[in-house]
Amino acid sequence: MMEVENLTKSYGETIVVDNVSLSIEKGKLTACIGPNGAGKSTLLEMISRLISQDTGQIYIDGNEVKTWKRGEFAKRLSVLKQTNQMNVRLTVRELVSFGRFPYTKGRLNAHCHEVIDNSLNYLGLIDLQKRYIDTLSGGQLQRALIAMVLCQDTDYILLDEPLNNLDMSFGVQMMSTLRRLVDELGKTVITVVHDINFAASYADNIIAMKDGKLFASGSTDDMITKSVLDDLYGMDVEIIESKGTKYCLYYT
Amino acid sequence: MSSTKRKTPVVIYSSLMLLLIGISVVSLFTGVQDISIRDIFQLTEVQKLVLVTTRIPRTISLILAGSTLAVSGLLMQQLTQNKFVSPTTAGTMASARLGIVVAMIYFSHTTLSQKTGVAFLFSLLGTFVFTLFIRTVKNKKAVMIPLVGLMFGNIVNSLSTYLAVQYEIVQNASSWMQGNFALISSNNYQLLFLSVPLFLIIYLLAHYFTIMGLGKDVSTELGIPYALLELIGITVVSLATSAIILTVGSIPFVGIVIPNLVSLSKGDHFGKILFPTAFFGALFLLFSDILSRTLIFPYEIPISLIIGVVGSVLFLFLLLRGESQ
Repeated sequence: MMEVENLTKSYGETIVVDNVSLSIEKGKLTACIGPNGAGKSTLLEMISRLISQDTGQIYIDGNEVKTWKRGEFAKRLSVLKQTNQMNVRLTVRELVSFGRFPYTKGRLNAHCHEVIDNSLNYLGLIDLQKRYIDTLSGGQLQRALIAMVLCQDTDYILLDEPLNNLDMSFGVQMMSTLRRLVDELGKTVITVVHDINFAASYADNIIAMKDGKLFASGSTDDMITKSVLDDLYGMDVEIIESKGTKYCLYYT
Repeated sequence: MSSTKRKTPVVIYSSLMLLLIGISVVSLFTGVQDISIRDIFQLTEVQKLVLVTTRIPRTISLILAGSTLAVSGLLMQQLTQNKFVSPTTAGTMASARLGIVVAMIYFSHTTLSQKTGVAFLFSLLGTFVFTLFIRTVKNKKAVMIPLVGLMFGNIVNSLSTYLAVQYEIVQNASSWMQGNFALISSNNYQLLFLSVPLFLIIYLLAHYFTIMGLGKDVSTELGIPYALLELIGITVVSLATSAIILTVGSIPFVGIVIPNLVSLSKGDHFGKILFPTAFFGALFLLFSDILSRTLIFPYEIPISLIIGVVGSVLFLFLLLRGESQ
């Protein structure tokens, strides 16, 4: 369980995140949606301690995030920011092995190699493990980064737009991987998603942000409604249902 | 153990080691005073003196300076996530030089430790100004940052020259402008041994620096105190640069060319390319120095000239290659 209380962050005059309070269920896939500039990424960065908040508290399993030691925190929560490309000549396996850093500070032991092998396997990267990451396609790189995060073996995994620059099929693949992380491994995944239909199809819960404020939050079923989405995006959104899943049509 | 871990190519490593030893021996026996390797057990007094007071110190300083320069460059590239940053292209060398000029003006009889101290402080400060600057720069194009660094270095250099002219120490100051191993002797090269503990620090922190190559966010996420390690890294580089500039002068390009060439074939895993980089840096300097001593024998061409020519061609090649990617 993760709780955020009265979180605020401003840069100069601009308030990016404005007094946000919310809670995130453990063992669920939570999608964070909202228009551009709503403060989704900033919220994620504060929760993961990449930047510090101006005011407010964040609690993970009852403990204030700031009280965690750096190394301990890295064993509980991992975060992946949007990365379109990486100009570093590391092999996939080397990159993935970095996920073990919080545990062994770079000196990999037998257990580490086992975890690395499992992560590579889990994301179907065994055949690619010796490839340099600057030669990978966008989808492959994204999978390698997820494998690294998986290696970090944290309860909480935060992702900032993991679908960025992925085509439909890689997008589906990525979301079902995240789903598996939740269902099979019991992880708590929080991800910023721009495509509302990916959120509708894969997430358990949805957090909607607008203008730095929490607009609404709740279960996917409650959130994917015309009244919520029309106001959130300021558009006319049509909701249709097919095989028990809701889809949003907003192209006209 | 890991399924991917290859067997150490012992043959390659030992032959490379032999190569280094071989070149070192050639370096030892190159020079105006004719000393042949066959005379090694029946040296005359003069030959002994030359060997002990100049040849051995020179070869040792080449090895130390070469590896330190290359590793300093590699570390700076890792810390800035830019392949073209090195002590020469980040204002570190220029700032150290300004420090020496200031020390010479400020203290009337400058001791080596005063010069080292002031040079170190200046290079630390200069490098920090540069890193602060690249944090704010919007255009993160690979070529932009080193170009700005070169300009920054030139501005600092012109300040040094101005001060040197004002206080009539041009002669003195210009000896730090050009790298030169000809003046190395047994009583003035000890400062270079500072690079040994510095190298040890880098080696011990190599795992941290490896991950820092992926940037601040990934490092922070994995629990690395980024700012602290950046400070340590810059301090180490500044100290190493000051030691080199005070003993042999400024030597361009080694810090860029060697790490880049090594990473072309071995990748960017800092921990894995640390030793190869140090090795090839030493080899490169030894080789260039032999050239500088033999090309117009019995005279010497300053080594920075040789390296400038070879290095700038390689630098251009790497720059164009980086642009096309």
